[in-house]
Amino acid sequence: MPLLTVTNLRTSFHTRHGVVRAVDGVGFALERGETLGLVGESGSGKSVTCLSLLGLLPSPPARIEAGSAMFDGVDLLRCAPRELRAIRGRRISMIFQDPMTSLNPYLRVSEQLIEPLLIHEKISRPDALARGLAMLEAVGINDAARRLHQHPHQFSGGMRQRVMIAMALITRPELLIADEPTTALDVTVQAQILELIKKMQRELGMAVIFVTHDLGVVAGLCDRVQVMYAGRVVETATTHTLFRAPLHPYTRALQRSIPGLQPKGGDLHTIPGLPPDLARLPPGCAFAPRCEFATDRCQTETPALREATPGHAHACLRAQAGEI
Amino acid sequence: MSAPILELTDLQTHFPVHSGFFRRRPAGTVKAVDGVTLSLGRGEVLGLVGESGCGKSTLARTILQLVPTTGGTVILEGKNLTTAATAGLRAARRDLQMVFQDPFASLNPRLTVFAALAEPLRVHRVCPAGDVPARVAELMTLVGLSPAAAQKYPHEFSGGQRQRIAIARALALRPKVIIADEPVSALDVSIQAQILNLLASLVRSMGLSLVFIAHDLAVVKHISDRIAVMYLGKIVELGPAAAVIEHPLHPYTRALVSAIPVPDPDTERTRQRLVLPGDPPSPINPPPGCAFHPRCPFVQEKCKLAIPPLTPADVSREVACVRLGEI
Ligand SMILES: Nc1ncnc2c1ncn2[C@@H]1O[C@H](COP(=O)(O)OP(=O)(O)OP(=O)(O)O)[C@@H](O)[C@H]1O
Ligand SMILES: Nc1ncnc2c1ncn2[C@@H]1O[C@H](COP(=O)(O)OP(=O)(O)OP(=O)(O)O)[C@@H](O)[C@H]1O
Ligand SMILES: [Mg+2]
Ligand SMILES: [Mg+2]
Repeated sequence: MPLLTVTNLRTSFHTRHGVVRAVDGVGFALERGETLGLVGESGSGKSVTCLSLLGLLPSPPARIEAGSAMFDGVDLLRCAPRELRAIRGRRISMIFQDPMTSLNPYLRVSEQLIEPLLIHEKISRPDALARGLAMLEAVGINDAARRLHQHPHQFSGGMRQRVMIAMALITRPELLIADEPTTALDVTVQAQILELIKKMQRELGMAVIFVTHDLGVVAGLCDRVQVMYAGRVVETATTHTLFRAPLHPYTRALQRSIPGLQPKGGDLHTIPGLPPDLARLPPGCAFAPRCEFATDRCQTETPALREATPGHAHACLRAQAGEI
Repeated sequence: MSAPILELTDLQTHFPVHSGFFRRRPAGTVKAVDGVTLSLGRGEVLGLVGESGCGKSTLARTILQLVPTTGGTVILEGKNLTTAATAGLRAARRDLQMVFQDPFASLNPRLTVFAALAEPLRVHRVCPAGDVPARVAELMTLVGLSPAAAQKYPHEFSGGQRQRIAIARALALRPKVIIADEPVSALDVSIQAQILNLLASLVRSMGLSLVFIAHDLAVVKHISDRIAVMYLGKIVELGPAAAVIEHPLHPYTRALVSAIPVPDPDTERTRQRLVLPGDPPSPINPPPGCAFHPRCPFVQEKCKLAIPPLTPADVSREVACVRLGEI
């Protein structure tokens, strides 16, 4: 049985400008020890998907309209707040996209780091501090014994991000939800953090949902990838298949936009047009206005996510009809 | 070659650190920027890369005089900013804009995006008051956002959308120099490509000069004319972008290049990495000699003796390594 099964998740924001359908029918299953990559357009609902699972969206304006998220027999979207808090602190951890706003500037790093241990585990302060120190060292913070007692503003952007990673891993969670955890890190430290995550997966069977823009990181870390556009999953496949045989035009366009290591000069490939306004989604496929393959049918008919081969599903009418 | 638009000479920014229970005892200094000499040509894009915590953001903030300089000079079009009075600095800031690493913290949550973009236009009287809405709409479109979205507040945008707003704000005053601190790290590759194309076209059409800080070496290589590699407050390698990435000379640059993730699952899982042993050193008690020596695979006794200066390796490249030529 999968560790986490998300079905038909729908989350909206009710704002002055109308209802923003940020997540619109997202579903996936995640096994223990598995890593799922979540990629896609900025604003496509990756963070909102993660935050919905953990009940961390402010409501109002956010509202979970439908769906379920079964985590080891408990529906995260419907369980009591107390139960969710207990799961969130210990069995599921999240690394947030914005490290500065999620660290308390007035509290020393040590206090923030060991807080989850003190709350959820029967552990003495000195033992918790010792584990905090070991964790800071594991994420590559030099001079950790001194750093432990500093305040967040004395850390560089990348060091703050590593503190967040240490906080998330310190309780040895079963599921780690990591929202662009290495975006602020240089490649050598990034490589070190990815190794650390892989090691914890081997040792603890930790499952990971990894949100990232870096397709290189996806290639090295993820077992499966889910591509999102305008609140929906447009393609999902094993990492290998997604890189070798992408089917959805958005996925293909994304791959062409990666700056290679080729010399400077020449414009990068981009996708023409603007991402859609989620409060006024056009009928039909949300990507159609920007899609080089779109036909009249794409403007009116909403494509469903269908399997092309086992484990490889996509939501493109033309690819499903074998036309592209 | 015309005179550089921006010149940094032996720039130093040190932070005092305190220890003890009441943090009263000065325990030393963090030499976040420690003797950086660099120049930026008109219309040039200079990429700045290096380990997290090596001082890139501090260097950027020092150029803008947002943190006090410990030593050295910043000269923008002949004006010395390190000695300029407040009025002079304000004028200079119009020409010198920064895109901050943390878009969440750099936008005022109580202002709509329209207000955030209109403010600099009004304060600096960039255009007649009646043209402000049109100019704001133009800026929104420029960074790939719908002009109608300007009525929203920053928290109503995703991370990447906020980063584009921060870029629009920096562009509002049509500055001559932009210091962009990881401007595309939070963006998906297609929008990243849009922003990179946008910045490159502004460089071409408006003669904008750009200091571009990023961790993604493929991105840096794509946009930069030259790349400067920083390690623990110092520049350790400087040269043409393609040469630095394709034939890195400093051992740290070599490690950096070998850690670049490749967007291909087979290559990524099989290739060999030059993994750096140990942690980045403490900027408070940097190791003697070359700061990279404790992690360097090529280290010798002589590396521990003196700090290697940045020395010409060929006509266009400078490297700070005493073993250069031997390794
Ligand atoms: N509090 C809010 N009120 C209104 N709309 C919101 C709010 N938070 C997010 N949104 C909208 O929901 C959509 C999804 O946002 P989300 O943060 O999930 O995007 P994302 O895929 O994580 O993007 P990025 O890659 O840029 O981080 C966006 O279009 C955003 O504008
Ligand atoms: N206000 C401050 N007080 C004390 N130390 C500071 C302060 N600001 C930065 N530092 C220290 O200066 C060093 C350089 O930090 P900086 O933010 O410039 O690094 P960076 O190269 O931008 O790193 P990153 O890639 O992680 O953003 C770090 O050791 C940091 O802890
Ligand atoms: Mg996000
Ligand atoms: Mg920085």
